[in-house]
Amino acid sequence: MLSVRDLTVSIGSDAAPVDIVSGVSFDIGKGEILGLVGESGCGKSMTSLAVMGLLPQPGPRIRGGRIELVGADVTTLQPWQRVEAGHGRIAMIFQEPMTSLNPVRRIGDQIAEAVRVHDGLSGAAAWTRARELLEQVRIPDAALQLSAYPHQLSGGQRQRIMIAIALACRPQVLIADEPTTALDVTIQIQILGLLRDLCNRLDMSILFITHDMGVIAQLADRVAVMYGGRIVETADVATLFGEPRHHYTRGLMDCMPVRNLGARRLPTIAGQAPRPGTIRTGCVFAPRCVAAQDVCRTATPPRLALGEGHEALCAFPLDAGRPS
Amino acid sequence: MWSYALKRAGATLVTLWAASVIIFAFIHLIPGDPIYVLLGDTATPDQIDRLRHELGLDEPIVVQYLQWAGHALRGDLGQSIFFQAPVTRVIADGAETSILLATMTMVWVVLIGVPIGTIAAVRHGTWLDQGLSGVAMFFASVPTFWVGLYLILIFAATLGWLPSSGYPSIFEGGSGNLRYLLLPSLTLAAPNAALILRLTRASMLDVSREDYVRTARAKGIRPWQVVRRHILRNALLTVVSAFGFTFAALMSEAVVTETVFALPGIGRLVVQSILRRDYPVIQGIILVIVVLYLFINLIVDLAYRFLDPRVELQ
Repeated sequence: MLSVRDLTVSIGSDAAPVDIVSGVSFDIGKGEILGLVGESGCGKSMTSLAVMGLLPQPGPRIRGGRIELVGADVTTLQPWQRVEAGHGRIAMIFQEPMTSLNPVRRIGDQIAEAVRVHDGLSGAAAWTRARELLEQVRIPDAALQLSAYPHQLSGGQRQRIMIAIALACRPQVLIADEPTTALDVTIQIQILGLLRDLCNRLDMSILFITHDMGVIAQLADRVAVMYGGRIVETADVATLFGEPRHHYTRGLMDCMPVRNLGARRLPTIAGQAPRPGTIRTGCVFAPRCVAAQDVCRTATPPRLALGEGHEALCAFPLDAGRPS
Repeated sequence: MWSYALKRAGATLVTLWAASVIIFAFIHLIPGDPIYVLLGDTATPDQIDRLRHELGLDEPIVVQYLQWAGHALRGDLGQSIFFQAPVTRVIADGAETSILLATMTMVWVVLIGVPIGTIAAVRHGTWLDQGLSGVAMFFASVPTFWVGLYLILIFAATLGWLPSSGYPSIFEGGSGNLRYLLLPSLTLAAPNAALILRLTRASMLDVSREDYVRTARAKGIRPWQVVRRHILRNALLTVVSAFGFTFAALMSEAVVTETVFALPGIGRLVVQSILRRDYPVIQGIILVIVVLYLFINLIVDLAYRFLDPRVELQ
């Protein structure tokens, strides 16, 4: 449904661009959930905004690569241009439900606005559709909540409203950028359940962005691990958790609390994520990698195919049969 | 809503009382004496004492204040020492010009400031934005008399399209007389429209970085609709409070413009009354302006309630 090839997003001048996303490629099939995981600043949000056509202007821009949505090239198109051109439908929900809704307009108006664009309905019909959408995201008293304002709702309810707005676009692909990070754990589980359910029922593909390996394990079908603006490992979720091949992925797993029950302190990956543009040669992870050799610092690592849909960007991947 | 209005009214009365004391005290601190202005240098001490007694200016200042305040409560602001007419009449004569002038000015301010500020914000960083902001900076900086004189030079003296001075009442000459106020209102609007333009632009740029604007874009609605439905409405919350104090300030700021265009407005009246030491008129005008400020502030607060659902009036 969604195919991204060699996506490069840069900031700075054209003469001396700094890549914050470099050469990112992935595919999402129909009804599939791809988890994009990585620490803050690794470029995952920029990737999602670029795919959505929502990069802030002025600011980062797409310097290379291609984004295909249901077969149509949408690389340089903003959402309204995609609607006009009648290309595939994509929608997005964001990290901050508290600030992502317009404070001075009613919930119903904000949903109906999207209904009007995508279904061509108007007036009462758009309003009725908005109520159906609220019921779909399991908001109680849907008819009543249509005339509520965002500040009258809780964070969890607002995120459900955001999902309703996204569904109003009848998306074939939904991008969810850390949609549960700002919510309580119990609400988080409800929202994840809702997304999983909608994905099954509407046969919708989801690009799910998070820094939480636990959420990935629960929700995703396949995982892409991002580091320093690059995808360093891709695999289906069972393979990735069972046999991680990239040292960074391995490091992330080792940091998970469930794997360190009873430990006084959680392990960490030594060092800090590189600032964009600071590592120009070799592997971006080399300065923090336990297995790094001299060649890692000078030569770009190969993208190794390690099995069915399993790739790692590493010259010296971990052994498959020997988990440490 | 109603309990809020009552509380506001109570607070307004206290403010009004404090203002009246300050007005009264300050005016009597101005050196000079209205008796000398009325009688001239050649008056005898006997004449002076008699007139002072007739006007009640020989009473202690506290007594003068209580008498004035008591009458003011009943809508009587006293007699003008200079005009020998009720202050309310004198003010009413000037108020027609001032209110019409301020209203016309506000129309220009809104019609010029908000749309052009919006355009500058939408095209921010381009030569258009820089040009518009530059022009706004220019008009915010030049003195109003300069703008007024140039408008007279171009539209009255050279082209002869519009009258350059005076204002015959619309109640006598019909609404066609509003053309007398066209140049003065444009003059007065120039710096204020420039201010509103810059405020609208800045406020819109702030709002356009909000998360909910990104949500609106993600829906696939056209950029212009994003501006109209999401950015502008939120940006205007800031601008509306500026409308309020701009309008109130116009009443008192219009002095220079009224002088340039020889308009019989409140601004000119207050300056002349100060020169004449016409205490009752000065007090009356300042009191009216204070009431106007309070009233406009109340209107602005109520307007917020309609623009922003998060505002609870309590």
